Amino acid sequence: MAKVVVVTSGKGGVGKTTSTAALGAALAQMGEKVVVVDFDVGLRNLDLVLGAERRVVFDFINVVQGIANLSQALIRDKRLENLWLLPASQTRDKDALTEEGVGKIIGELRTRFDWIICDSPAGIERGAMLAMRYADEAVVVSNPEVSSVRDSDRIIGMLDSKTVRAEKGEAVQKHLLITRFDTARAARGEMLTIEDVLDILATPLLGIIPESQDVLRASNVGSPVTLNDANSAPARAYVDAARRLMGATIPMMVPAARKGLMNRLLGRRAA
Amino acid sequence: MDAVVGTKPKPFRIRGRSYVAFVFSPVVPILDWLAEVDAALRQSPGFFVGKPVVLDLSAVDLSQNAIAQLVANLEQRDLRILGIEGVDATRLTTSMPPLMMGGRQCVIPNNPPPKKTEAKPKAASLLLDTQVRSGQSVVFPEGDITVVGSVSSGAEIVAGGSIHVYGTLRGRAMAGINGNLSARIYSQKIEAELLAIDGYYLTAEQIDATLYHGPTQVWLAGDVVQITPLN
Repeated sequence: MAKVVVVTSGKGGVGKTTSTAALGAALAQMGEKVVVVDFDVGLRNLDLVLGAERRVVFDFINVVQGIANLSQALIRDKRLENLWLLPASQTRDKDALTEEGVGKIIGELRTRFDWIICDSPAGIERGAMLAMRYADEAVVVSNPEVSSVRDSDRIIGMLDSKTVRAEKGEAVQKHLLITRFDTARAARGEMLTIEDVLDILATPLLGIIPESQDVLRASNVGSPVTLNDANSAPARAYVDAARRLMGATIPMMVPAARKGLMNRLLGRRAA
Repeated sequence: MDAVVGTKPKPFRIRGRSYVAFVFSPVVPILDWLAEVDAALRQSPGFFVGKPVVLDLSAVDLSQNAIAQLVANLEQRDLRILGIEGVDATRLTTSMPPLMMGGRQCVIPNNPPPKKTEAKPKAASLLLDTQVRSGQSVVFPEGDITVVGSVSSGAEIVAGGSIHVYGTLRGRAMAGINGNLSARIYSQKIEAELLAIDGYYLTAEQIDATLYHGPTQVWLAGDVVQITPLN
């Protein structure tokens, strides 16, 4: 039974694309057949994060318009044979997406894959609406700061009212993924704590991804963080989150503050 | 300035309309027929009350006196005769019901009289047992709103009556919007962005810091919005 998961947030720059790539790769590594779909028409990034930007020939819009078929547009990952990408068009904008077109493609992908992970654009307009439209589940990405949390709250309200499932009276299962979490800064009151975020959003927690240079490093070399350095703290947190998405019960690890006197001093100075 | 400016008299308007009436067709002997009517009335008393009845005399040949007698007999039984048909016009006097013609058959559904539908009083409260998310606006001018969850920052609750929030009130709450000065806003934990009662408002900055995060009620004293802890 294929599952359509939308990775969404409302606010931009919180880590939707990074999380889409990392979760997609982690699920594929566990043997699931996964396609990651870029809905950010006009501002596509998912191809870069996956290192597939030089192999894009056809895109989502071409398939919607019937210029190409789905098999021509899907790009298989070079490292994971179970991971595929459906890229967005960079030359068009979100108005090129239609509800019927998206519905048709999602329906077709459902027959071919176990997981269809939709990378939503930021905002609450057409692109974001269509990315969540056919979702069965949602990963709401939020940074531990007030503007991101409020935008996520808005998106959760929309997941509960604007999706096909919501209109049928069924619920879209929602998961909260807190990214860029810095324990030391949260302890100093410079960030919201996990408890604050959960209190406001009242949504089950899927994972806590620590703030880390590893994430940026992986993006720059075009590799999902879960593949680039599987032992890094963010990679392990994403793998745990992917397992929870598959239904496993794994105790939640709140990233520990950096140890060592030097690190602590340097960390404080940097902050 | 009450001169009438040449108004033409409006033409007198007459409209046609048709109604359904019960038709009674007496047969001879009239006394037996009246006994049958009595039996029917006993079975369902009140069935014909207030309903128009037309007397069809085509099956009998009655004199003017006999017709008058029959109409009187029926009226004793609370049957009001609307008209008479099937008889020569010369046999009717002006005090009798008028002659009717051109009646058509129709089916009268033999339904029991419809039960009086009690006008349901409109619900004067709205219950929300979920969280009200940022960007959502709940408007209920008819009465109170109760929210079992929290009201998020950027959400809006607008009620004609009072507002009760059993979670944290982080958004905007406007009570008594239709001039209800006695409306109040209750919340388990107050972190509201805006509180208003009948247009008198307080912004978040004006909320007493000692009451912040605590259970409170908000009410109107004259034209001053007051916040007091709920204990």
